[in-house]
Amino acid sequence: MEALSVLAIPLCGGIVLALWGHKTWAAELGALMSLATFIAAAVLAVRIIDHGPLLVAQELVFIDSFNVFLVALTAFVAFTTSLFSRPYMRIEQHHGKLSPNMLRLYHSMFQLFTFTMLLALTTNNIGILWVAMEAATLTTALLVSLYRTPASIEAAWKYFILCGVGIAQALFGTILLYFASEKVLGAGGGALLWTHLNEVKALLEPTVLSLAFVFLLVGYGTKVGLVPLHSWLPDAHAEGPTPVSAVLSGLLLNVALYAVVRCKVLVDGALQNHMAGNLMMGFGLLSVVVAAFFLSRQKDIKRMFAYSSIEHMGIMTFAFGMGGPVATFAALLHMTVHSLTKSAIFFAVGHASQKAGTQIMERIRGLIKLSPAVGWGLMLGALAILGMPPFGVFTSEFMILTATMHSQPWATPFLLISLGVAFAAIFGKVQPMVFGETSVQRLPHPPALIPVFVHLGLVLMLGLYIPPYLADWYREAARLISP
Amino acid sequence: MPATLSGQLINLLAALLLLIAFAMITQRRILSLVNLFAMQGLVLALSTLIVAYSTGQGHLYFSAALTLVLKVMALPWILYRLMRKLNVQWDVETLINIPSTLLVGIVLVIFAFNLASPISHMAGTILRSTLGIALASVLLSFLMMIVRRKAIPQVIGFLAMENGLFFAATSSTYGMPMVVELGIALDVLVGMFIFGIFFFHIRETFDSLDLQHMEKLKED
Repeated sequence: MEALSVLAIPLCGGIVLALWGHKTWAAELGALMSLATFIAAAVLAVRIIDHGPLLVAQELVFIDSFNVFLVALTAFVAFTTSLFSRPYMRIEQHHGKLSPNMLRLYHSMFQLFTFTMLLALTTNNIGILWVAMEAATLTTALLVSLYRTPASIEAAWKYFILCGVGIAQALFGTILLYFASEKVLGAGGGALLWTHLNEVKALLEPTVLSLAFVFLLVGYGTKVGLVPLHSWLPDAHAEGPTPVSAVLSGLLLNVALYAVVRCKVLVDGALQNHMAGNLMMGFGLLSVVVAAFFLSRQKDIKRMFAYSSIEHMGIMTFAFGMGGPVATFAALLHMTVHSLTKSAIFFAVGHASQKAGTQIMERIRGLIKLSPAVGWGLMLGALAILGMPPFGVFTSEFMILTATMHSQPWATPFLLISLGVAFAAIFGKVQPMVFGETSVQRLPHPPALIPVFVHLGLVLMLGLYIPPYLADWYREAARLISP
Repeated sequence: MPATLSGQLINLLAALLLLIAFAMITQRRILSLVNLFAMQGLVLALSTLIVAYSTGQGHLYFSAALTLVLKVMALPWILYRLMRKLNVQWDVETLINIPSTLLVGIVLVIFAFNLASPISHMAGTILRSTLGIALASVLLSFLMMIVRRKAIPQVIGFLAMENGLFFAATSSTYGMPMVVELGIALDVLVGMFIFGIFFFHIRETFDSLDLQHMEKLKED
């Protein structure tokens, strides 16, 4: 019941807002729908913690401790983003960038996007997982081009085509997986259900599964933004409206990585070797290094933080690939803190670029003079994402580094140098934007800064103290992924 | 129908599929490209029908019908309408280096057969040799998307890629479970509508459907 309402609320929200999304109260209704989704997700999470995994709707919906934590995180970030987008979109409308019809599209698609994310997380059928990931591209493609500027249309086209082609590879991988499982489980619906596959994973044909994993990693890896399949990501983040950038970084990338990890569990079981992990480590490390060196060359603030997302997704992919309890625990923690921090940064960046009237970093100066909250939000967010203690990103990166030194020492210098380069690039650019002579103006509506500080507060808390039930939860999830 | 006859018919259709994929790469006229796409859909529906008949898998009749409705009727019809509205149905695209593109295509086919061969002989179905062809037509569609510089042919390449994947699903297994197949069909249909919206936006903004205008966003 809880599991199904998590899916039903955003779906209904999408339909309702498609009809009435142009009204003035649509933003409030959207936020209300997201709040309801979040409450349902929280209730579901409590239930899973108390009673263990849940399998409902003819085994089509499966929730265990790994995905319920992502369900809660996804619903939470979607809710805070809807709070942020209310004043943000009003200001954009005030500046004449958006019409009521565009807002209707935005509100409706935002809910449907949340629905696809939650469907991808909760489904037990890896075919449906693919369908939901493709649907996520469909719902966000028109949002990236919401402003209808030439650059935004180009970015959206690139996003649509590249992710479409990428995800087609994942479909081929899914077909191969079905081909292997059908031999063991027999034809029919059962052969694509993750719970069934997980039971018989040791019997699956290794040759087929290793080929399938290559296709799945390339396919879903395109959506994770792994180098060299990342070229859609900075464009889509920079040209779309800021709430969309926040959910792309905060939710979509996580869910795509979730898909890769789910598949990795099956492949590891069948292959009994480290092939999947090695591939993930390679792609992950390459993403970290390349993204770190691209950071310093960026001029557009959203583009820069998009590259930072690639870097962090690379760190997580590397850590999941490395496996083992510590690295997996750290990767899960990093998923949480990155998602919270990066969406907080995008909230602050959104208001900062509205105040300056541009996304070019050289022209955003002295935020702190006119609006200390936006300035501090951006500064603290940047420090948090760069892994400064006492924020949670420090904890997870530190754990990943120690695990690396322990099991893959050769990779440590690459990681450390990349983190250093990223620090120099981002800190050097954010510092003059926040301090110094001001170039910004007042906004016609008060900005929404509560979500920024709530997110940063949570990240700070996770850095200082991880509540025992949360730690148990991560440990349980880590045990599922990497026994 | 005896198994050998249906097997041979399917091999014939698979060969046709590959030929159509090559024809699509070299076709300059957009209108003929849509016709080729519809033909590919028809071949796909026929092969699914034969598999359904010879194996007695009931749900494959349904997916053959779905292919017929979606890929032979709905999608080409939408494409025709879009082309008429955008007034590009007589467009001819200048393709450079057709011979070398075809050579690359042949290399891709060989690669696909090599990649698929260890798997194909594990297939218990009557469709042993067809997985390689399916993979080859996916790769050929991919090649087509890379060499085309106009929006509509690129989208047709995208849809042809999905056709190849569908053929892979029916040839290596007996089709995906129904719920997944329906989901994929829905995604393709919605995707087509969104492509249609994009065509109008691109035309409005760039005054043509040529994607060469869209090269502003680059790392410098």
